[in-house]
Amino acid sequence: MNWLFNNLGLVWSLSLEHIALSIPPVIIGFVVAIPLGWLAHRYRLTRGILLTIVGLLYTIPSLALLVILPPLIGIRVVSSTNVVVALSIYAVALMVRSTTDALDSVDADIKQSATAVGYSSWRRFWAVEFPIAGPVLLAGLRVVAVSTVSLVTIAQLVGVRSLGYLFTNGLQRFIPVEIITGVVMTVVIALVFDRLLVLLGRVLMPWTRTAATSRSAKRRVLAMEVTS
Amino acid sequence: MSLFWEAIQWIFTPVWTIINTQRENDIITRLGEHLGYTFVSLVAATIIAVPIGYAIGHTGKGREIAIGLSGAARAIPSLGLLTILALALGFSRTPIAAVIVFLVLGMPSILAGAYAGIESIDKRTIDAARAVGMTEWQILTKVEIPLGLPLLIGGVRNAALQIVATATLAAYIGLGGLGVYIFEGLPIRNFTEMLGGAILIAVVAILLDGFFAVIQHFAVPRGVTAGQVKEVRTRSVRPRAVAGLSADSGKG
Repeated sequence: MNWLFNNLGLVWSLSLEHIALSIPPVIIGFVVAIPLGWLAHRYRLTRGILLTIVGLLYTIPSLALLVILPPLIGIRVVSSTNVVVALSIYAVALMVRSTTDALDSVDADIKQSATAVGYSSWRRFWAVEFPIAGPVLLAGLRVVAVSTVSLVTIAQLVGVRSLGYLFTNGLQRFIPVEIITGVVMTVVIALVFDRLLVLLGRVLMPWTRTAATSRSAKRRVLAMEVTS
Repeated sequence: MSLFWEAIQWIFTPVWTIINTQRENDIITRLGEHLGYTFVSLVAATIIAVPIGYAIGHTGKGREIAIGLSGAARAIPSLGLLTILALALGFSRTPIAAVIVFLVLGMPSILAGAYAGIESIDKRTIDAARAVGMTEWQILTKVEIPLGLPLLIGGVRNAALQIVATATLAAYIGLGGLGVYIFEGLPIRNFTEMLGGAILIAVVAILLDGFFAVIQHFAVPRGVTAGQVKEVRTRSVRPRAVAGLSADSGKG
């Protein structure tokens, strides 16, 4: 335990660096996936193409992606840009699938009613479909946030500092406490992200607290837990 | 792009020259190690997780635990788990540490696939099976397992993907596998070797995933595909009139 008390400053600064690397991919994933998810939801052709590409991207192991990406987009391997871009790719890949599922879960009758009372398709998307798809989107975003926080540790292997430093350094110096501290901090950050998203969901979607979520939405949330 | 061309040439070079030393191309050996770890861990994870998943799915008890577990497993960094186990078990037993890590990573997906497969079945189908006099064991083996198979294989597919990706890290604790080339190339800035290794890992992962996609496709029971509505667009969830029935009654 001595190691922990002597290195609280290091753990704190690594945690901050870890958080700084984790936030951009989650936000980028959410924003980029909205138009792509809509495209996949709306047209059969783009659905096939997009979901296949996204599936392939998600299949590439993270360490391999961190090496393949730099020459493709002309950046250095050891740079936080590389890590953020790689993790954003995973986040987008996961979120496109969730967004498609989420938009699919909106009852066709609701959409027709919205059109019938005079919504344009742009307004209908933002005022009706997007909020109703919210709970499924949130479930997807939670998965993305938690897995991003955990994946950031891999960045250490290509030399970008994160809590992963405690794993490699702890192994080299035979300090189990150091590794355990790293694992615990990573899990804690992931759980805090998760809780924050749940709270944000309650604030932005107050109706989910009262009205029971529809059966199909529930099933989609469950399916997402399984498939990602 | 020339970097990629060099990396692909590297893959097919029979003897590599690294600085001043020469070494034979050992991709096949590394591939064998990589797939070996993946296969052993995947089989072990399946053997452990499937019975538990079926028990949860059939009885409906312990769902929250399963969901919570798979959520928690996602948060645990695989590198951290690997290093702490390597340290705890000692360097002579690192292969055991690696297999345990891969197994732990793969289990939640398989568990979730097994119980979600049963969970997703229409409860009326199971009630019908019970009503025609099937025993609980028959319901499980003749109704729930076949109908839940595609989702189970989906779970195994996710687990395989997770494991094959994490097996790259095995090289970090000196266990070989395709990750070797990345960790070997990194300190001496041999980018061709790193990129070649990374391409190999990506290709292996994609092929493995494709393999499971094919199996998943064939795992759907024939009776299910026959009754499926082949329509991708959104449709009303309101129950539609049964097509054949309403047409018949119309004819009188």
